[in-house]
Parts: sequence; structure tokens; C-alpha cells
Amino acid sequence: MRNQTRAAILFLAPSFILMLLFFVGPILVAFFFAFTDMSLIGSTSTHIKFVGFKNFVTMFTDPNFRTSVIKTIIFLVGSAIIGQQILGFLLAYLMKGRKVFIKRVVGVCVLAGWVTPTIVAAFIWISYLNYEGTVNYIISYFGVGAISWLFAFPMISIIFANVWKGTAFSMMIFEAALGDVSSDVEEAALMDGANGWQRLRYIIIPMLKNTIVTNMILITLQTIGGFGLIYGMTGGGPGMATQILPIFMYKQAFVGYQLGYGTAIALFTMLIGIVASLLYVKLLKSEI
Amino acid sequence: MCKKLVLILSLLCLAFCSSAFAATAKSISVALQYDPMTVKWMKQTVAAYEKVNPGTKVNLIIIGGTQANYYTKKALMLKSSANLDVMLEDSLMLKSDADAKLLAPIDVTNWKPWNNYFPKVKEAAIVNGKVYGIPLSTDSRGLYYNTNIFKKAGIKMPWQPKNWNDILIAAKQIKKKIPGVFPFAFNTASSGEATSMQTAEMLLYGTGNTLYKNGKWVVTSKGLLNTLKFISTVYKEHLGVRMGIALNPQYGNIVVTTLAPQQKVGIILDGCWLQGLWYRKYPETAKIYKFIPMPTEFGQAPGHISMSGGWDLSISAKSTKKAAAFKFIKFVMTKKNLLNYAILVRNLATRKDVADSKEYPPELKQATKFLEFTHYRPSNQNYPMVSSKLQNAVESAAIGTSPLKVMNTYANTVERAVGKNNIVREYKK
Repeated sequence: MRNQTRAAILFLAPSFILMLLFFVGPILVAFFFAFTDMSLIGSTSTHIKFVGFKNFVTMFTDPNFRTSVIKTIIFLVGSAIIGQQILGFLLAYLMKGRKVFIKRVVGVCVLAGWVTPTIVAAFIWISYLNYEGTVNYIISYFGVGAISWLFAFPMISIIFANVWKGTAFSMMIFEAALGDVSSDVEEAALMDGANGWQRLRYIIIPMLKNTIVTNMILITLQTIGGFGLIYGMTGGGPGMATQILPIFMYKQAFVGYQLGYGTAIALFTMLIGIVASLLYVKLLKSEI
Repeated sequence: MCKKLVLILSLLCLAFCSSAFAATAKSISVALQYDPMTVKWMKQTVAAYEKVNPGTKVNLIIIGGTQANYYTKKALMLKSSANLDVMLEDSLMLKSDADAKLLAPIDVTNWKPWNNYFPKVKEAAIVNGKVYGIPLSTDSRGLYYNTNIFKKAGIKMPWQPKNWNDILIAAKQIKKKIPGVFPFAFNTASSGEATSMQTAEMLLYGTGNTLYKNGKWVVTSKGLLNTLKFISTVYKEHLGVRMGIALNPQYGNIVVTTLAPQQKVGIILDGCWLQGLWYRKYPETAKIYKFIPMPTEFGQAPGHISMSGGWDLSISAKSTKKAAAFKFIKFVMTKKNLLNYAILVRNLATRKDVADSKEYPPELKQATKFLEFTHYRPSNQNYPMVSSKLQNAVESAAIGTSPLKVMNTYANTVERAVGKNNIVREYKK
């Protein structure tokens, strides 16, 4: 027994040490920096001072921060919860039991977004939504005048782009989970006279509860941390229209040079992620 | 057996390390921001340097992206132990990097050419009596107007607006007469120093107010409000470029390399270096756009306004090859190389002997005249931070937020960044 414990410790040690070094360590350092006046340039970049909760006070009294939190929530609900989660599920559900050919075609189309590198995806969307872009080219056939989409509808534009890019992940997760739903149960419900909607509502969704929560947590964390696609498309603008928290943090830390403040915002973003995850588990009474 | 193997392996490692060191001992690294002409010039200079110093290698670290990206990457390199020896330093960052002890002081006592530099330019490179950079270039800002478009719009030439209103009148005339042309273009996006300096400060310093006075940041003033109102008016009356372009981080490239050569912009508020870009690639454009001084708000004395900055070559405090680094800088700063720089990049010379030279491009002489009424940015280590807030203000005013609200937001964010004791609010209703 003792030998087994020793072996277990031995085998776990490398990954534990790696986690400690590259994950826990940086988080602790970030935690420390959030309480300092560290900046990227100037004398405070080399001589940092402990400033207590000043960064957090600044953060909560900053109207731009509040705007960013609201933008983050809109983006999260629109892109992750409504977009990726529901669309991903529907795609997986509709593809269930279809011909292999259809599955492949749809699968490849959806996966194309997922495998495209973020910056490439951003460029695709810019050229698509640009004033001289594809969308305006198409609508000009219907007599509709050109629109600067990224300026007129920035939030909707980035939500669409993010849904396009990320839905494949949800689809794959739900495809796997739906494959595990035993057909016996569904057949039994069919015999009892349940219609399609009832089968979905009372049989399939409850059986997928844990998958829904896991997927929700994963895509929420991905979305809250999302940076590249939005920065590439709009840079957080126009004005503050798409300035979600990671972009706000980047601008404070690397454009406004206030690293300490930026770190405080990063900690807060992490906190939102944790709270949201706990909330999902609680709300859906999941067992994970 | 095993021990022997370990010994051999470690010896091999050592051998590799030492050979790696030997290879880098005579090489230095130089960081610069991507700009086609500067890079071209630097590559030529480096090739010449390597030729006269056999065995030496100069690694160029060319950083692309926006200006803000360059400052960030350079700041991170200066703070890390990255092998950075020499860098192109924006004069606006010099003071704050020197204060942070990220730059090494340069001893110029035995370097004769130092006496040839213009005193004002030298001043910007000196912090607490020590030289932290050798000035490579200086610049000035003003208005460009498209003579073809002005002719078509029926505006009298040579054009010289006496105040801001004259600019608006001309812009409106262009809008009315030539549809499809953007009347008036200037940097607007909150993505770089260009928006602070070429737009906000060019306007603000023409109102009689300034950004920084008596050791305090002036966060509200009549002049700042009027500056924001002017920006707001231009976009509200559709006299500016399309918003999608104005707020694009690549605004500069779009205007200079696409819209201007296509004759799509009437007036451009920008730096003197545009002539250089056009000269090489779009010689026609260089002829069509005339460079004139920017008027003050109501034409108050001295009538014109310009802002100047520039680039220095500085040495990293962490560099282990400071002597080699200075040797390289001295080579770069020979009269021949500086003239070549003026011809290629079309930035203004920092030295009298270069500016007086016969080969000095004649069209730079106009821009050099602007140095008589030019202003320099506040030499304060918090300037870059305040500048980023000013850029946000310009962008907010452009997209239609009320100028007064924008000014108050600016005042509050600057107050938070630099502290209550370092600001002053001059604007009273």
C-alpha cells in the first residue's frame, strides 16, 4: 500500500510541479502585482510600490470599467450562451441519425471556423463586413446601400464572428453526448406517445444536463478570455462599443502602461469566470 | 560508462555555449519600428557597417504593428534580459525610459559631431544633464492639400487658411462640389500617438492652451473643449473620412497609400514625412499635395502652429556591449548616412551640417521652416499615459459623444492615472 502511495506521488509529482511553476506561480505573482502601482514605463516600472486596494477602488469607480463589464455580459450571453451553446446543440441534434454524407458536409463546414487561426478569422470577417466587403456586395444586388457593419453594428458583428468560429466545439461535445443517449429510452418514450418536442424536453435534455453544464463552463471561460478575434476586428471600438474586459485590460496595461491596474482587472475577470461557473452548476443542479 | 557519457555530454554543451558566445560577442541587436523607408535605410547602413567592420553582425529586430505596439514591445524588451543593445527611441518615451533607468547614458564628450546638432533637438535627449539618445530625426506637422481637388472645387490657390473656420469652409466646398472625395482627414482612432500629436495637440496648441503647464496637467480648458468641438463638427457634418476608415488602426496606411494616391482626400492634417513616402512610391501624389502650415484657432499670433517630435538612437541599460553599441551609433550618425536618411525617409535633419548640405532635399526646407513656431510635447514621464487618454477623447468626440462630456471623462481618467495633485482644471462655465 505504502509502495503504491509512493508510486502515485512519484508519478504525479512532475505534473504537480509544472502546475505549481507555470500556473499557480503566475497567478500568485499577478495577485501581488494587482496591489502595486507597477507600470510599463517610467520610474514606477522599476520601483514598484504597494498601494493596497487603490487599483480596485479605481476600477470600481471607473465608468469605463462598468461599460466594459456590461459589454462583456452582452457578448457572453449573445455569443456563448445563445449562440454557441444553442446553435451547437441544434446542429448536433439535427445531425443525429442522418446520412454519413450529410454529417460530413455539415461537420466540415462548421469545423472550418474552429480550425481557422484567430487572426485569419478576424481578417476574413473584416473583409466580409467591410464597407467594400462581401456583405455589401451581395446586398447591393437588392438595392440596399452599403453599410460600415463594423461601425454600425459592432457588437452584433463580433458576436456573429465568434459564434461562427466557436460553435464547432459545442457541436462536437453534444454530438458525443447525444451518441451516449440510449435509443431504448427514446423508443420507450415514443411508445408512450411522446412527440418530438416532448422527447427533447423531458428525455434528451435532462440526460445531457452534465454535458450542458460542462460545455457552458468551457465556452464561458473561452468567451470571457476572448481577445484576438475582437481586437483584430474592431480593436475594442468604435469608442467602447466592443471593449470587453480583456481588451479593456490590455488597453490599460499595455496602451495606458498601467500594469498594476491591468492585473487588477485581470483578477476581476477571472473572478467573473469562477462565479459564472459555480452559478451554472448550482442552477442546473449538475453533479460535476 | 554512464559517468563518462554525462561528462562528454556536458563538455559538448559547454563547447556549444562558448561557440555561441563567440558568435555573438561581436554582434549587436538593434530594434526599430517597421516603416518601409526607415527599414530600407537601416538595412543599407547596416550592410555598410558590416563591410567596414568584418566579423561584426548587426541583428535588426523590426517590429510591425501600431505605434503603441512598438512602445509596448520595446518596453518589455528593455525590462527583460532580451539581448537588446540599440533601439530607435521616440523622443516622447526617452524621458520616461531614462527616469526608469532603462537607458544607458551616452558619453559624448569626445565625439565632435555632437556640436553640430541643433540645440533644441539636443535638449530633448538630455535628462538630468546626461545624454540618453543621439537624435536621428526631427519633424514638423502641417496641412496637405490636393491641388487638383481644390482646382475642381473652385478654391483659390495658393491656399493658406488663416484660422480653423477657413479649413471648414474649404472642406464644405469640397464636399458640395466633388462627391466621393473625403474633404478633411486626420488621425482619429485611439490606437497611437499620432492621434494625440497630429490631431489633438495640433489643434489644442493653436488655441493658446496647452496640455501641461507649471508642472501640472491641464485636464480641462476652453481650448481643449474647442478642440473636441472642432473634431466633433468635422465628423458630424461628414467632412471627415468614413468612420470605418477613421477608426481603423491602419488609418495612416489607408490614407497615405490608398486614398491620397487615388485623389480621394482634399486636406490631410499630418506629419512632414508623408512627402517622403509619396516621393518614392507615388511621385505624382507628392507633386499634387502641397504642404502648408496649420493655422491657429482664430489666427492669433504667431498665426501658425506645429508640433515636433523625433527619433533618437538609444542604448539599453542592460546591454553588455555598450561600447560596440555606441560605435555603431557613431557610424549611423555620419553626415553621409544622415543625408541618406533625409533623402530616403524625408524626416528633418537634426544637424546643421546636414540641413545646410546641398544634397538635402529642397522640399524639406518648407517643413524645416515650421520649426520656428513649433511646440514640443511635455517632457514628463507620465506623458505617454496621458496621451493614451487623449486619444480616447479624440475618438469619443468623433463618434458623437458631447465634447463637454468627453472632456470631463478625459479629466477624470487623467486624474486617476497621475493623481489629484498633478492636475488642474482650468475650464469654468
